[in-house]
Amino acid sequence: MTTDQQVVLITGTRKGIGRFLAERFAHSGALVEGCSREPPDWSLEGYTHHLADVADEAQVKAMMTSIARRHGRLDIVINNAGVAAMNHSLLTPIASLDRIFDTNVRGTFLVCREAARLMQRRRFGRIVNVSTVAVPLRLEGEALYAASKSAVETLTRILAREFGPLGITVNAIGPTPIETDLIRGVPPDKIQKIVDSLAIRRLGRFEDVANVIDFFVRPESEYVTGQVIYLGGVS
Amino acid sequence: MTTLSTVDRSTVLALVIASLRDLYEQNDITADSEPGEDTYLIGRRALLDSLGLVTLIVDLEQKIEETFDVALTLANERAMSQKHSPFLTVGSLADYICALLDEQRNA
Repeated sequence: MTTDQQVVLITGTRKGIGRFLAERFAHSGALVEGCSREPPDWSLEGYTHHLADVADEAQVKAMMTSIARRHGRLDIVINNAGVAAMNHSLLTPIASLDRIFDTNVRGTFLVCREAARLMQRRRFGRIVNVSTVAVPLRLEGEALYAASKSAVETLTRILAREFGPLGITVNAIGPTPIETDLIRGVPPDKIQKIVDSLAIRRLGRFEDVANVIDFFVRPESEYVTGQVIYLGGVS
Repeated sequence: MTTLSTVDRSTVLALVIASLRDLYEQNDITADSEPGEDTYLIGRRALLDSLGLVTLIVDLEQKIEETFDVALTLANERAMSQKHSPFLTVGSLADYICALLDEQRNA
């Protein structure tokens, strides 16, 4: 079965920006699929949730098979699921590396690979990965997080080349700090220091992220791939 | 859906040929003759480029899963290290897929 509606997969939809994007795409008329390791405490018409860990190959494959069987297509993927950690490298346990890289790198790669397998059937796809301004700002205390997102940026640029001939674009957005769980627990003076280093000195908003994603996924952006756009004037 | 116990080579061969035909059509490839057992998939005599072979493998994995309800990984390390590539011709690929399906059946 193939639906006429656009099918969108967003990872990490249980809360925060993922939930915001799921609601936004659903309200625009798309069929939205989302996933997280824990069940969400909300539901929405046009939204289907999968209990899946993006770092688990079997679970990602099962989710894609379910999407393929129910919709016959996948148009847009937002690789939003992410894990952050802030700590001085000298005090960072190696288990943190595994946890961060499992979700951010392994998870992004797995979802990109399995999504592209489905997207290439129709020779159309839009993949948006999520990086961070911590990469270009080289923020102290975020070595592992920024390193994992550097890997996401490199994946984005190389997958863009590999998937380009299949009609699939791959881009990334690098948000500034946003009021989400990811920055809860980060000292306010640290956040302020980051904000002060931006060209536009304020925290990011969900709408800022959605705006860049809208640009990447629109049909007219077929000639835009392998790009990383940072918010807040960071370059 | 065809079950593993009823799998036969002609079914697998038909899947490979159907995938190859689709790929030729999608990429405006004109072949001198209909794809068959001896059609080359790699090398100088093949009409597919490297991306075409990747697309063929992905498409076949999906068709195999839909047909036999078995998730196979065709381009695994074993396949890549074989002296004679299982991806050389349509026939050798069909043989290779049958061998993998047999392994699944006997596992």
